[in-house]
Amino acid sequence: MKTREQIAQALAASGYIADAELATAISLMQLLRRPLLLEGEAGVGKTEVAKALAAAHATELIRLQCYEGLDQSSALYEWNYQRQLLAIQAHRGGDAEEIEDKIFSEKYLLERPLLAAIRRDRPPVLLIDEIDRADDEFEAFLLELLSDFQVSIPELGTISATTIPHVVLTSNGTRELSDALRRRCLYHYVDYPDVDREARIIMARIDGTSASLSLQIARMVENIRKEELRKVPGVAETLDWAAALVGLEVRDLHDAPEVVHETLMCLLKTHEDKSRVTREVTERLLGKVA
Amino acid sequence: MSCCGANPGYEEIDEVSRLIAAKLAAFLRTLRDNAFAVGLHEGRDAAALMAAGYAEKPALLRSAFKHLFSARKADWEKFDGLFDAFWLGKRVRSRSVTMGSAKAANSPSLKGLQDNKSERAGGESASDQIPSTDDAPEDRAGEGRMEGASRADNLAEIDFRKMADPGQIEEAHAVAARLAKTMRTRLTRRDLARRRGYRLDLRRTIHSNISHGGVPISLVKRQRKQKPLRLVMLLDASGSMSMYTGVFLRFIHGVLDEFREAEAFLFHTRLAYVSDAMKEKDAGRALDRLSIMAQGAGGGTKIGESLQTFNRWHAARVLHSRSCVMIVSDGYETGNAALLGREMAALAKRCRRIVWLNPMMAWDGYAPEAAGIKAALPHVDLYAPANTLKSLTALEPYLAKL
Repeated sequence: MKTREQIAQALAASGYIADAELATAISLMQLLRRPLLLEGEAGVGKTEVAKALAAAHATELIRLQCYEGLDQSSALYEWNYQRQLLAIQAHRGGDAEEIEDKIFSEKYLLERPLLAAIRRDRPPVLLIDEIDRADDEFEAFLLELLSDFQVSIPELGTISATTIPHVVLTSNGTRELSDALRRRCLYHYVDYPDVDREARIIMARIDGTSASLSLQIARMVENIRKEELRKVPGVAETLDWAAALVGLEVRDLHDAPEVVHETLMCLLKTHEDKSRVTREVTERLLGKVA
Repeated sequence: MSCCGANPGYEEIDEVSRLIAAKLAAFLRTLRDNAFAVGLHEGRDAAALMAAGYAEKPALLRSAFKHLFSARKADWEKFDGLFDAFWLGKRVRSRSVTMGSAKAANSPSLKGLQDNKSERAGGESASDQIPSTDDAPEDRAGEGRMEGASRADNLAEIDFRKMADPGQIEEAHAVAARLAKTMRTRLTRRDLARRRGYRLDLRRTIHSNISHGGVPISLVKRQRKQKPLRLVMLLDASGSMSMYTGVFLRFIHGVLDEFREAEAFLFHTRLAYVSDAMKEKDAGRALDRLSIMAQGAGGGTKIGESLQTFNRWHAARVLHSRSCVMIVSDGYETGNAALLGREMAALAKRCRRIVWLNPMMAWDGYAPEAAGIKAALPHVDLYAPANTLKSLTALEPYLAKL
């Protein structure tokens, strides 16, 4: 993949409709070999970027889901203690040094995502999801790994990367990330797609949607996003709704205002929002959809 | 980084690349002036990008640079304007002085004044410089903690609004800042003492008992990591509060300095995020920066609207399950009281506790009858007066229990 057009095409082929800016970001990522930090509201498709990127490169996607309290042993590597113990019991009476060499070999090493990502033959896509949920200490550790791409395991020695993975980080902004991490990364803000792009996303993802229906759905969702809502529906919700409408055999939103209102539960996820969008509001919004 | 086209002479190419390099350096400086965190590495990468053909079209170069130089959403949004202004000579629509950005409040004259003043106050033999004889012992009181504390005792029960003597006010400010520090240390100590494992960690237990041949003699327990308490403060800076804002600003400055996680907002008719500005170590300078941002303070109060802004744009980032929101306001809402009630309900769902400090509460004959405070009270967990240093101190055990 060289040019931005090729990148956009490759992503589209794997089901992700990218805008020109994202294509530029990915081309930069390859040129500068920097990680890409994606920020944006929940449900705008940040994780999907990584999945599509892996599909476009025809390579493996290695995913590290961050959470509070995530530590080295579940992110990097761990020894398989149970197996080591069994081995010690089985070789009881043997040469101590030999056993030691044996149990501290690759065979007894459990690979966790970060280690796995730097030991593949073909550079994988490493997705570090919701980095803002991990704590500051882990962020600092990650920073070190992302700059050196090597890991030192006391019993084995230093393991250098065989290939440099394509790193994608995502953040929901629940915590402010450190400036150091931000500086290391390319930054891309993922916004809600415009009507045209959202319609294309629906068509690419949901079988059986006509162009006109997709456009109607996208317009309707755009109108709903403009309402005062607690939880603004993301692209994932739009796709759910589109699938529901297709499943209920709706061909045109204006033909079935009842169904439209009743299926809005796919988009509105809090009681407050649900009660705010009454039947009248639905009709008003539908009226705006050409 | 120069390309290998052969038509112009090498010297000319050198000249051109030198010019471009200078222009690029100037652009980086512009970005830094606008609070972008741009290092040497970024500069090198930018040059590499230009050499790799990204400089063909302005739009492409802008997009590429945007990804490279931005580090957060605020950067992302203002980058296009900066780029166009610098490279294309277009005027930026509104070069808003960004709230809280590191370079936003550059007022060298004011800053210089402040520096001089604090230096003088810190100097040992400056007594002849200071006109009032009262000030000299206070300077020393600042050095010895014990002395300061004893003086603070007298001050502790005086209503802030009744402090007329500037020296007294200055001391109250200092005590407020110190109070914030002690609160923080005590909070952490209690936090550690409470820790206890609640669940067995099997993998770790086996690991640590390898030396016993795998017989689990010493157990390893898993403990929940305590999130540090996060204090989010919303300070009313409207006219009716003007007698108290000074003290609370110092208190907030102390809290921001000492707490690991604290955020501060100021509101009057609109909401302003002030944590960045207040993180300035020097309290005087921080207040200086703030006074620029708080223009319009002293007018009416739209608590409801300010809370709406907070809930909509800041709450997701700033609040988590162990957050305490502290609202300091007299509750005189000039906007819509019903809106305030709704927004308070929404806020209550997002955080652990809401503390509402009302300095007026201790006044004789005060009853919470203003429409605003009436609408807000049902959602408040602790409603307390905060008109003296003593009442501020009394809050600490409550916060420690969160």
